[in-house]
Amino acid sequence: MTWHKGRGFAAINYPIGMNLGGDPSQALVHSTPDGKFMVTLSAIDLGQGMKSVTRQIAAETLGVPIEDVYVDTADSDTGPHDMGSFASRGTHRMGNAVIAAAQEARGVMLEAAAEELEVSASDLETDGKGNIHVKGAPSRSITVMDTALAAQFEQGRTLSGRGIFLVPMSDVDPETGEQTPVSCFAHAAVVLDLQVDDETGDVEVLEVNSAYEVGRALNPKMVEQQLVGGAWMGISHALYETTEPYYPDRKHGPTDFNQYLMPGPGQVVPHHLAILERPAEGAPFGGKGPGEMCANPLLPAVANAVYNAVGVRCDSLPITPEKILRGMQANGGARPQGMNWGA
Amino acid sequence: MAKVPVRFTLNGRETALFVDGGANLLDVLRRGAGDLSPKYGCGQGTCGTCTVLVDGEAHLSCLTLAEIIEGRSVSTVSGLSNGPDLHALQTCFMENFAAQCGYCTSGMLMAAKALLDTNPNPTRDEVIEAISGNLCRCTGYEPIIDAILLAAERGQGNRSPSYGSAR
Repeated sequence: MTWHKGRGFAAINYPIGMNLGGDPSQALVHSTPDGKFMVTLSAIDLGQGMKSVTRQIAAETLGVPIEDVYVDTADSDTGPHDMGSFASRGTHRMGNAVIAAAQEARGVMLEAAAEELEVSASDLETDGKGNIHVKGAPSRSITVMDTALAAQFEQGRTLSGRGIFLVPMSDVDPETGEQTPVSCFAHAAVVLDLQVDDETGDVEVLEVNSAYEVGRALNPKMVEQQLVGGAWMGISHALYETTEPYYPDRKHGPTDFNQYLMPGPGQVVPHHLAILERPAEGAPFGGKGPGEMCANPLLPAVANAVYNAVGVRCDSLPITPEKILRGMQANGGARPQGMNWGA
Repeated sequence: MAKVPVRFTLNGRETALFVDGGANLLDVLRRGAGDLSPKYGCGQGTCGTCTVLVDGEAHLSCLTLAEIIEGRSVSTVSGLSNGPDLHALQTCFMENFAAQCGYCTSGMLMAAKALLDTNPNPTRDEVIEAISGNLCRCTGYEPIIDAILLAAERGQGNRSPSYGSAR
């Protein structure tokens, strides 16, 4: 038995959002009487961090401390309409809707403060710490809480805003065939090292090196978390997971976690990650979001690395030991494609 | 089905319940005792998210007959924190971004606690072994392993200072 090392490379362009039938997201922002802000959304956080990121975006746009902003995604029946958390659209679509809603709420907040301070709203600015003051004259100020109290109990105003981000449906141009199905692209490149056992067909991933361009990383630690976790999922799809191992024959499919293969904590490999930030036009604070792209480039990188290691080109997933052994049998043995592995 | 009286300690509190004969511990904790912190994942002992401690030892509560906990002590995640003071393991999970969707976290925390209670200074391989019965779909495990090692380094018995709750 011999382990053959292989290295695979893959690069992808990944579309953010989808607008083949129109792609709207709505957000509502309102303040409580004591000057805390509630962002209401119907898109949900699956663990990717949408609540954290929309909270950051709302606080930044409103000009108030992040501690004073709450994001409520409790109920899609009673909340504003949203297409949902999918298609890597969360940061881009919800983020833009939240900016619009928070801008409108900020406008009302400054008008209410202007009335209390007896100045023009256009002369006011926020300090991000819960105060509103006259530009250049920090002593002429009122707290956001006092502004909200005055709006609620004296002025009869709601400090609130509505936001929608709508990408209209994109039709195919009959002359050119062009259409605009997505709003922007994120990019990634992955180099993956693995080894293949030429007797058993087993694959052991050794190391992942990757670079992702996600616009601005609005929450860098969560971007890293999503990319590292998603890469694991990509490797898992490439090598282990399937519900129909002999598709189109449905037989022998797994029915539970005993039979559905996934790597465990013992198969974690080093992942060196570079996040490239190029703020994107039209994206909320330049952030496109990593989305589903975190898993995608790993699959072709694994396939290429297996080919590099033993000369077997697998064109269906997952790349199981059986497929590798059959490929090697057809080739008359392992055919390492060779590379300079250095020392 | 006949009801069976079961008395046990749940997170230090005396608890007595009538349970269906043959009921599993997860069901009894969630529906009987109202402790929703152990999660139902697969119901067959393969995902680990229902992990609780029985007399300090990690048990898959979905496979544990409720009647056998008579007179024993059960610990779940809801007993880990002391009011707003999180357990060191919880703080380390938070600081290491060791949870995304959070569904595996209850089981991971209890598996980790069972390890650190008996082996306060585990190696990386021992941590991996301890959580090898717990599935996580989101993190790729590395942040979880790092969080448990960090908790060990800090001495997991010490409760961390109060941490402001962020919604």
